[in-house]
Amino acid sequence: MKEPGNPVEAQSIFEILKGKFGDAAVDLQAEGFSPAFVVVAPASVKEIARFLRDDPALSFDSLMCLSGVDYKDRFAVAYHLYSMANRHAIGMKAFLPREAPSLPTVDDVWPAANFQEREAFDLFGIVFEGSKDLRRILLPEDWEGHPLRKEYKYPEFYHGIKV
Amino acid sequence: MTIRPEALPTQEMTINMGPQHPSTHGVLRVILTTDGEVVTRAVPDVGYLHRALEKIGERVSYAQFMPFTDRLDYLASMNCNCAWAWTVEKLAKIEVPERAEYLRVIVCELNRISSHLIAFGSFTADMGAFTPFLYAIREREKVNDLFEMLCGNRLTYNYARIGGVSADAPPGFLEKTREFLDYFEPKIDEYNELISYNKIFVNRLANVAVVSAADAVAYGLTGPNLRGSGVAFDLRKDEPYSVYPKLDFKVCVGTGERGTLGDCFDRYMVRINEMRESVKILRQALERIPDGPVLAKVPRVFKPPVGEVYFRAENPRGETGIYLVSDGTVNPYRLKIRTGSFVTMNLFETVTKGLMIADIVAVIGSFDIILPEIDR
Repeated sequence: MKEPGNPVEAQSIFEILKGKFGDAAVDLQAEGFSPAFVVVAPASVKEIARFLRDDPALSFDSLMCLSGVDYKDRFAVAYHLYSMANRHAIGMKAFLPREAPSLPTVDDVWPAANFQEREAFDLFGIVFEGSKDLRRILLPEDWEGHPLRKEYKYPEFYHGIKV
Repeated sequence: MTIRPEALPTQEMTINMGPQHPSTHGVLRVILTTDGEVVTRAVPDVGYLHRALEKIGERVSYAQFMPFTDRLDYLASMNCNCAWAWTVEKLAKIEVPERAEYLRVIVCELNRISSHLIAFGSFTADMGAFTPFLYAIREREKVNDLFEMLCGNRLTYNYARIGGVSADAPPGFLEKTREFLDYFEPKIDEYNELISYNKIFVNRLANVAVVSAADAVAYGLTGPNLRGSGVAFDLRKDEPYSVYPKLDFKVCVGTGERGTLGDCFDRYMVRINEMRESVKILRQALERIPDGPVLAKVPRVFKPPVGEVYFRAENPRGETGIYLVSDGTVNPYRLKIRTGSFVTMNLFETVTKGLMIADIVAVIGSFDIILPEIDR
């Protein structure tokens, strides 16, 4: 491991992304967010992820956490990134429509993503296109619905057994 | 009679290991495809212990979620308790009294010792040496006694509170903890003499399931598993929280002392050495703990500000990260718990390719996974 380099501020990261990807870097959520989130267009998630990982000033080599969120009017996938080399952290968020939410996978950028993408697929029904293995992970394969969605109704029966 | 090899067709066999299997540390199911004794593919199947903790979290108040964190990793409940408290305090910017922070560090490190003891004991039992397990349980009982004295419980403590801890240390607790440390520290040498450098034990672990430093980072390994690959990264030092910056300790890393850097033996040895560091932290904390209140003033109906935080704590099984979304009401809006064991399982299929079936047991033990943390 090389010596820790220089941490980069969230605002600068957003400006770098804005310069590189234009409108695909949508917004910066800073006030009340720790760490701050750069909001990106879902279609560009993979390119931006790869850039964040490979750019030497940023080098976000570690995906700490990948979570789905249901904001009622839309879904989001939140990525928490950390750089072991530069010792800084950033959030990346992509908002998805409620109807058929899907976005490209990042499991070839950070292999750590696979299980957490499967979890978001399982509990939110968010599809990660191009994933090497996208199956339910925590719930049984024949479970109906996605429990962490806000409108989820608890089933009365499972295989004829009252729950 | 001669047998022509081509007349004896062979085929791969699929074997089901678990979910009820003594060496899977809970209800882990692994679907093994084997070619003779060699595993060509090991696919983990998790979720048998899914209790929907994240969904429950959206239905209960911030304070009510505390006992559920006990069940997150029941071998390190104190650490999970405190991780939840620190997350909410980060969100609501609550100032915690210093004595409470010291008490938290004391219980976290005591729990780290007892958790590593189980990791050590069950691992050696998996490897065929049953005696060390009994030694580990013997010492762990003493930690449980201390916790019982402190909060009345021996497994699920529910000790931390948002803004502090539920009760101050009873008279004699700190002295008893010091006595325990004096008793426990020489035991680590005893473990090393008993089993760590035993030839059979070393041969079972050295050069098995090597994880390179680059792979460990890319796959998101954390805690002792990451440090076993030689990466000196510890949240208590690198993203310090609580009073850890005031305490002096060393980050233990794997050195490849008996085989290749990042093998099962390195991960095992990191845990043994970390117990020594925990003792060191505890001694300093016992020395410096100030007098004062142990609970900050937090409103009975607690409504944190709107916002989103991610907090991560260095728990015995790696980073426990909590992503908390608040909409300003009494319940968390969304709460995601990222646990060390869950992310580690992602690497399982890659790292077990080409190993023997008996080595699978060594890999599970060396990663020190625990199922309630995976399935949540």
